[in-house]
Amino acid sequence: MSGNLLEVDNLKVRFPTRTGVIEAVRGVSFSLGRERLGIVGESGSGKSQTGRAIMGLTDPRAEVTADRLEFDGIDLLSLPARERRALRGKRVAMILQDPKYSLDPVISIGRQIVETLRTHEKVSKAEARERALDMLAAVQIRDPKRVFDLYPHEVSGGMGQRAMIAMMLIAGPELLIADEPTSALDVTVQLDVLAILDRLVAERGMGLVFISHDLRLVSSFCDRVVVMYAGRVVEQLPASELANAQHPYTQGLLDCMPKIGADRHPLPVLARKAEWAA
Amino acid sequence: MTAALLAEKVEVVFDQFRALKGVSVEVHPGESFGLVGESGSGKSTLLRAIAGLAPVASGSITVTGKPLGRRRDKAFYRQVQMVFQDPYGSLHPRQTVDRLLQEPLAVHGIGDSETRIRRALEEVGLSSGFRFRYSHQLSGGQRQRVAIARALILEPSILLLDEPTSALDASVQAEVLNLLEQVRRDRKLTYLMVSHDLAVINHMCERLMVMQNGESVEQLTAADLVSHNVAQDYTRRLLKASEGFVRVG
Repeated sequence: MSGNLLEVDNLKVRFPTRTGVIEAVRGVSFSLGRERLGIVGESGSGKSQTGRAIMGLTDPRAEVTADRLEFDGIDLLSLPARERRALRGKRVAMILQDPKYSLDPVISIGRQIVETLRTHEKVSKAEARERALDMLAAVQIRDPKRVFDLYPHEVSGGMGQRAMIAMMLIAGPELLIADEPTSALDVTVQLDVLAILDRLVAERGMGLVFISHDLRLVSSFCDRVVVMYAGRVVEQLPASELANAQHPYTQGLLDCMPKIGADRHPLPVLARKAEWAA
Repeated sequence: MTAALLAEKVEVVFDQFRALKGVSVEVHPGESFGLVGESGSGKSTLLRAIAGLAPVASGSITVTGKPLGRRRDKAFYRQVQMVFQDPYGSLHPRQTVDRLLQEPLAVHGIGDSETRIRRALEEVGLSSGFRFRYSHQLSGGQRQRVAIARALILEPSILLLDEPTSALDASVQAEVLNLLEQVRRDRKLTYLMVSHDLAVINHMCERLMVMQNGESVEQLTAADLVSHNVAQDYTRRLLKASEGFVRVG
């Protein structure tokens, strides 16, 4: 038994449709310790479906299979729904892309955070409130008491995403899955939110799966990068080695982004090859 | 030389909120000019004010020496066309590509639609097989190509581009940026382009303006950006942010 937090071996996610089976994830394998792992790929590469399968949030119509899908030695696929629910939010948490859609619009931010905490721990209302306020302060919200009573539409995107992080971290998860946590934010705010996330992950010794389409961002933030294409992992490498990526898809993804000072007209485009998907 | 586009002290006010606080910009004919800033900086509002989609409270806008009134006439839209950010929201869901491209021709009473549509699709790199598809049958990049074809079909001289690639994957973004550069070269177009991505603006534009809180922070050339020859702290912060995440300590 390895000491890894997460073991994923040959994970497959299939969606049966009228016109045949769509294979969104086709045999993905990786393992995660207490580190920051980036999953990168274009839309439709299966990166988000991989994250959702680990969380157990795949659409019920889909089939999820794996040779192994274990969190801390617990087999997630055979786990009864009740126990899986207890795990979700408590030991494994997920941050979604857009705080505008992922926070409940009719419940104040503070109450949403308190709800998460009281679902997983037996604490008094007063104590839950105290801890929610502490958590809001920990994500660098300047006036936690005021923000506690605000509704999601009353805060900016950056603040909404910080509230989301607060909510996800309050129960002290060991594994955090962040699906494009900063894609909906402005570049400058993006870095603030990442810095907060980075600090909390390091302080609490969490494992982090960071899903993003932005290869450059991921490589500057994560320890290790998994590159996905058409539902498969095409390359795994340490983030520091990204410049020496071997797979033409990874190289193409890196190359096609405009860079300040690089005078390349036209930009190199990605020539997709059928064998990458094989 | 008359400017292709000249905006002077443009103010846009929504109720009590001043979205644009007296912004001036001059775009030369054939130039590609970029607007950068965070959300709420007013960069899209300036574009929309020029297109007649935002209420101009004061200031003046001139297109090739001709001042614009409160309403934009048909002649204006033959000269100035716009491409929007979201290719999912900017194409009519119940119209085929053919119908979408037919519309501007019908509005402006231009005949010869058959050859024009065929040419427009060819120019943006879509085969004739796409002509009778609906927008939900297209990918994001293909939709943005249709949106560009729709803007080009009236043969405008100025294109207003509002974050034309920010909803697209990096690889598709490269294709669309290349297409935009290609048609600009072929047709000698003038671009006014909005983006939050400094690298994209640096790639596409010769000059740019940095905006914040409805005001102009500074105007730069692409070369200034490369050599970090910037005067304002805000621009420096944007430049730093574009380099990715840096871990402290």
